[in-house]
Amino acid sequence: MSSITARDTPRGFSVQEYLTCLTGIVWREGLRFLHQRERFVSALVRPLVWLFIFAAGFRQVLGISIIPPYETYILYEVYIAPGLIAMIQLFNGMQSSLSMVYDREMGNMRTLLVSPLPRGFLLFCKLLAGTAVSLLQVYAFLLIAWLWDITPPAAGYLTVLPALILSGLMLGSLGMLISSGIKQLENFAGVMNFVIFPMFFASSALYPLWRVQEGSPYLYYLCEVNPFTHAVELIRFALYGQINWISLAVVAACTIVFMIGAILAYDPSRGLARRGPAGGEG
Amino acid sequence: MQVEVRTQMLRMWRVGLLSAMALVAAPAHAFIAYVSNEKSNTVSVIDTETWTVTKTIKVGQRPRGIDLTRDGKFVMVAVGDDDTIQVIDAKTQTVVDSLPSGPDPELFAQDAAGKTLYVANENDNTVTVIDLEKRARLGDIQVGVEPEGMTISPDGKTLINTSETTNMAHFIDTATRQIVANVLVDARPRFAEYKHDSSEVWVSSEIGGTVSIIDPKKHEVIGKVTFEIPGLRKEAIQPVGIGMTRDDKTAFVALGPANRIAVVDVATRKVTKYLLVGQRVWHVAFTPDEKYLLTTNGVSNDVSVIDVAAQKVIKTIQVGELPWGVAIAP
Repeated sequence: MSSITARDTPRGFSVQEYLTCLTGIVWREGLRFLHQRERFVSALVRPLVWLFIFAAGFRQVLGISIIPPYETYILYEVYIAPGLIAMIQLFNGMQSSLSMVYDREMGNMRTLLVSPLPRGFLLFCKLLAGTAVSLLQVYAFLLIAWLWDITPPAAGYLTVLPALILSGLMLGSLGMLISSGIKQLENFAGVMNFVIFPMFFASSALYPLWRVQEGSPYLYYLCEVNPFTHAVELIRFALYGQINWISLAVVAACTIVFMIGAILAYDPSRGLARRGPAGGEG
Repeated sequence: MQVEVRTQMLRMWRVGLLSAMALVAAPAHAFIAYVSNEKSNTVSVIDTETWTVTKTIKVGQRPRGIDLTRDGKFVMVAVGDDDTIQVIDAKTQTVVDSLPSGPDPELFAQDAAGKTLYVANENDNTVTVIDLEKRARLGDIQVGVEPEGMTISPDGKTLINTSETTNMAHFIDTATRQIVANVLVDARPRFAEYKHDSSEVWVSSEIGGTVSIIDPKKHEVIGKVTFEIPGLRKEAIQPVGIGMTRDDKTAFVALGPANRIAVVDVATRKVTKYLLVGQRVWHVAFTPDEKYLLTTNGVSNDVSVIDVAAQKVIKTIQVGELPWGVAIAP
């Protein structure tokens, strides 16, 4: 199978063929998402629990210092909304990587891999599909948040889109990189404990970093180097029509690194091949 | 039929386009806001187009009550610890004169013509009457203990003063300068505001946590606005400044340490929304076009800007220490 890919790739394919492949993968991912209604509901319930329950207890916590991009005092639920958006994308990124593990276990991946198109492109399509699904979830969340009086400027709903795509790709490629090292579905619980939770909590999603710095300078540095923090900040600024250049650079760089990492890890000649002997060194 | 629909759609398009153009084309009218900073003894000048402080004017000690003369040429600011009211030339933005108030003037009100000024002197239990043209003192009216809130009826015949310790709103006949009625309200009345149609007077009680609505003809409380913010202690809700839109439909009440402005539907006397602003929000003022409402936030040393139509806080601007009052010039 890999020899076919290797032989055909240099020949090149038409844009049409690439597009067919892309729409095929995105469509399948979209269908899978829509058919799994529980997944959609749970993707929404998770951030909403944070918004309605967790944030309710912290309503009075903030409102002491105005930090960019905000121009006035804000309630806690307004502060955590971008963090929850990034959380949706984080879970979605991990979940679509979970689906890769599932596909591999169930043998569905073979269908995908017989495609003569370059492996890297296939993975990229898969990433795009995952990101597209996360966009659906995010906008559904933003709609509910709007009803909850979290109302960024109208233009913000548009300006946030590029930020969402980029952060979706970063978190998706991270998930893909991680999934290359997971051979069984059961191991995914480990991902929850060792990746999702630390990334989410050690970030600016729940508290502004100046608050974290007051509590623990070390934690502050940890948050600063956490790419998830920058995904949150990129989304936060974009939602208010602004660009946080540092976050943009970090997220873009991480996306490239994770994506290359994932492509290498899924390259049968280097990283984990399905039937490869060792496989874990992705 | 089809033609009719098309014409109608065209018309809708045109209306939409015109209103969109109006939105884009309407020049943001710039006003100048003056904010008295009680602790730093200054007045901050804010440009309402850029929302920046363009100048800080040094004034006397403990500036609080602030307003403009009706012609917009002068800013009057009560500097309590200097026992006077200073006059700032709006053009040169410098202090040019002072008015003879009693000791510790806090708030004042002027009649519609801008000829007479009534000043509440906190430490003297009096209201001083000043002729604004001659800048001369005409006399004093004895009122309750710690007078503060001042408002004058649109016809200029009735002056209302609230006294913080006596917990009363005193109704004063401006012709005879005599108190004609006293109305008991909740503890520590701070501010009084007439409805533009003269039918009601709203008096905020800081400690009582309410706004009493008084019928100015019958001199009795006919209703109360109460406030409740989930998660906040009742004591933190201390109503002070009140701003009412010209159509008398909406009132904005500053709630002190609750750090919020309550948006009140005047007809039903119910709060429809709470807007988060800076800490210890004290007084409010509308821009002359009523597009924005400015609030002074004493503890956080800033001024918040509320979009009146959208009922949203759009910005907060740093000013001097302990901003107290705000007045906006055309």
